[in-house]
Amino acid sequence: MAKIGVFTCWCGENIARNVDVDKVSEAIAKLPGVGCSMNYKYMCSEPGQSLIATKIRELGLTGVVVASCSPHMHLKTFRKTCELAGINPYLIEMANIREQCSWVHSDKEVATAKAIELIGMAVEKVRRNHALQPIRVPVTKRALVIGAGVAGIQAALDVASGGVEVVLVEREPSVGGKMAGLSETFPTLDCSQCILTPRMVEVGQHPNIKLMTYSEVEKVDGYVGNFKVTIRQKARYVDIAKCTGCGSCWNACPKKNKIPNSFDYNLGNRGAIYIPFPQAVPARPTIDPDNCMRLQSMKNGKELCGICAKKCQTNAINFHDEEKFVEVEVGAIIVATGYQLYSIKKEQENPRIKGYAEYGYGKYPDVVDSLQFERIISASGPTGGEPKRPSDGKTPKSVVFIQCVGSRDNAKGITYCSKICCMYTAKHTMLFKHKVHDGTASVFYMDIRSGGKMYDEFVRRAIEQDGAKYYRGRVSKIEQVMVDGERKYRCYGADTLKGTPVVVDADMVVLAGAIMPSSGVTQLAQKLSVGYNEYGFLSESHPKLRPVETNAAGVFVCGACQGPKDIPETVAQASAAAGKALIMLSQPELTREPEIATIDEKLCAACGACVKACPYQAISIEEIRDRKGNFIKKTSRVNPGLCMGCGTCVAVCPSKSADLIGFTDDQVYAQIESLADVF
Amino acid sequence: MDIGYYPGCALHGSSNDYEASVRACMTALGVNLNELEDWICCGASAAHCINHDLATALPARNLGIAEKMNLKSLFAPCPMCSMELKKANDAIQSNAALREKMSEIVETPVTGAVDVVNLIQVFQAVGYETIAQRAVKKLDAFKPACYYGCLLTRPPKTLKFDDPEDPTSMDELLSKLGAQPVEWNCKTVCCGGGLTLCDEDAVAAMTYRVLQNALDSGANCVVVACPMCEVNLDMRQADARKLGLTKDVPIFYLSDLVGIAVGLNAKALDLNRRFVSISDELKGA
Repeated sequence: MAKIGVFTCWCGENIARNVDVDKVSEAIAKLPGVGCSMNYKYMCSEPGQSLIATKIRELGLTGVVVASCSPHMHLKTFRKTCELAGINPYLIEMANIREQCSWVHSDKEVATAKAIELIGMAVEKVRRNHALQPIRVPVTKRALVIGAGVAGIQAALDVASGGVEVVLVEREPSVGGKMAGLSETFPTLDCSQCILTPRMVEVGQHPNIKLMTYSEVEKVDGYVGNFKVTIRQKARYVDIAKCTGCGSCWNACPKKNKIPNSFDYNLGNRGAIYIPFPQAVPARPTIDPDNCMRLQSMKNGKELCGICAKKCQTNAINFHDEEKFVEVEVGAIIVATGYQLYSIKKEQENPRIKGYAEYGYGKYPDVVDSLQFERIISASGPTGGEPKRPSDGKTPKSVVFIQCVGSRDNAKGITYCSKICCMYTAKHTMLFKHKVHDGTASVFYMDIRSGGKMYDEFVRRAIEQDGAKYYRGRVSKIEQVMVDGERKYRCYGADTLKGTPVVVDADMVVLAGAIMPSSGVTQLAQKLSVGYNEYGFLSESHPKLRPVETNAAGVFVCGACQGPKDIPETVAQASAAAGKALIMLSQPELTREPEIATIDEKLCAACGACVKACPYQAISIEEIRDRKGNFIKKTSRVNPGLCMGCGTCVAVCPSKSADLIGFTDDQVYAQIESLADVF
Repeated sequence: MDIGYYPGCALHGSSNDYEASVRACMTALGVNLNELEDWICCGASAAHCINHDLATALPARNLGIAEKMNLKSLFAPCPMCSMELKKANDAIQSNAALREKMSEIVETPVTGAVDVVNLIQVFQAVGYETIAQRAVKKLDAFKPACYYGCLLTRPPKTLKFDDPEDPTSMDELLSKLGAQPVEWNCKTVCCGGGLTLCDEDAVAAMTYRVLQNALDSGANCVVVACPMCEVNLDMRQADARKLGLTKDVPIFYLSDLVGIAVGLNAKALDLNRRFVSISDELKGA
């Protein structure tokens, strides 16, 4: 005989404001099978939980309904309460009377009636619940980190130092990411490379880290604790085990300094065999097949050039290198794929996002984006840190900085704030003024957002000590003009604080483009079953309480792939993701929710509809044989390790032989029927 | 090709040379212009400042006539007209209540089914390739500064035509015909438009900026697709010269250059009545 306890929460005022909780308790008490019905101000609090536990023990409850918030919020909490009080944690159901009731209705009477119906449905379901046991799965004690910028480097080092093996995958030839190309960093102005390169060296040398550069994730199979990941190692044409990084090859390459270097955002040049920057890790070259004369000539059956191979003392160069596929088994995956700048130019790939034809980016050589400016003022950059403009190499005396290029501009289709541009633009003005004392730095901004420790002080310093001129307003147009024989960029702007137009003739213009997730991140997210927003930023499991977890169990995120953020925040988040991965991998085995699909093999006609419908490839067709091995029939069968319990197979099964444990047809129909008097 | 034609007040008044040019050019390209019967003012420049309903009703009546004449698309050579017509057409199309209201006011059913196009869009419909094939004269004497002004591309949400900040559709057509359009700064800078009668000094300054930039960028003429731009740039050059404009700049309609390319003469295109006279070489002689 069912004896169900129903506990209705006020959620402070959140529920009680719009739902008459006493009336709810009273109405629910009358339902068949309900053994007790009460309400309390905070059911998730310690006294709230002990109220539930006490009633379970006192009355010998056979099931529990907690009517409160979304199960996303507190199902785990209340399952634990029940388990401690001695009943199976799968005998508890939650009725969401907050998000789906009190928050969205203003009429108290209607909301109260709806709350009663929602709870009534949950009671009907829990009457048909069965005790379930979590599925136990083994765990591979190895982690995969995707992306080796500062986020991936930090996460990999933390996991590795925790005693767990790490496979660190980076698609570029070197680790370091965007940070390796930055000049100096706010708010302390320490050199980016000086603080990053020791970490880069460390990941290259750490005994627990297997570094795979120039490689990309091709395929992800398996499930939490037991992922099988296929990694594509692109052809590098250099055996990095044999190579010593001596430099004979790249110094001898006839294409040396002739090919735009993407690490310098095409402001500097490299050869066909190259290392992207001197501190690269691994300090091993890569051959760019599109620009190598030998590799190009081999397509026509010839063998031109080959000077690098002749110069190499260790026979490390292999013109016949091919891409390889390597399979690794890991228990956890950390995604740290970072960001790129929004492409400011007129032509845009994404039809929902528009470019700034009015700024002439891509047309005027001295209108650059902020990452290009980082290289121009970086000591390791193509100008050796001397501020020189790209068109003629002259030192710019007047530089205009425009913030929010893309960001917060609904007309261009990007609504969010990129968060770091106010700070790095202030830094740019300082670095420029420190190098060009008689120069003028003019900044056009919408608002200054400098929240953070010593951040606002930093911006004030740029304005008050270094004399950057800040104009609150936008630039509507940039024109290239000749003034006294000098090429200038005329910026038509506004000073909205003064209410006047401002026209500045600049030698160079720096555009703070919006932060966007790296290219290819959505394809990767699909391989990992991780959600992403309309811009491609990966979705965390909960914005406050589970910021580095994702809804794909065992996959964690950190850094700018989750949203725009600066270096301190990225590093903190990377360590958090590493911590979460280590916690998971320190378990002897993992438990998975038992709410998965099951097939009634007697009914199943092996039509295969579920096999095709399953998004996780968790169902296969198997043969049933008797003890003597005689074939009886074919049937679908669910792999409990792979099933995510989505229920798609249940919906498509024509013979109704598929069902979802914990959400059976019987339970769902009972819930609907409980509303019968409503219809 | 058959197309509806709405000349608007300018082409029947101060800019009747534009109409001569458009008609000659369209005939040469085999485009048959069906002028709206009993068309009225599009409401431009005044109505939208005074009364919202009036600003919709005036173009709505013209659209109603076009619908009655079974015209699928309607060509308005003046960008102000085409913008007003398109704005009203789209509003009527997407709003059932407005549709009903306007049909009642203008006493003819209007559904917003007409595709309103400007001069460049007519050339696009004919096809740049087709025009290039019909061309008998290469425009290699021309280094035009293609001037789009305000209203050919703006407001972008209404017009959805070319890039509002860096349009190139005229440049592409003229390049195909052998001209060498220059890269310049003032493609979409205002000519002074609405101030032409009330603030001559302001118009002179704005005209000067546009024309001088065209010259500095290497142009030997400016090409427009708007009667208002033509009037301001052509008629105000004497004032612009006082501000420092270094030399006279001949102003062409886009249809003039296409006309010259397909073999029309200065008389057919009515090129002899400009304030700044056009050299024989540029008249295609």
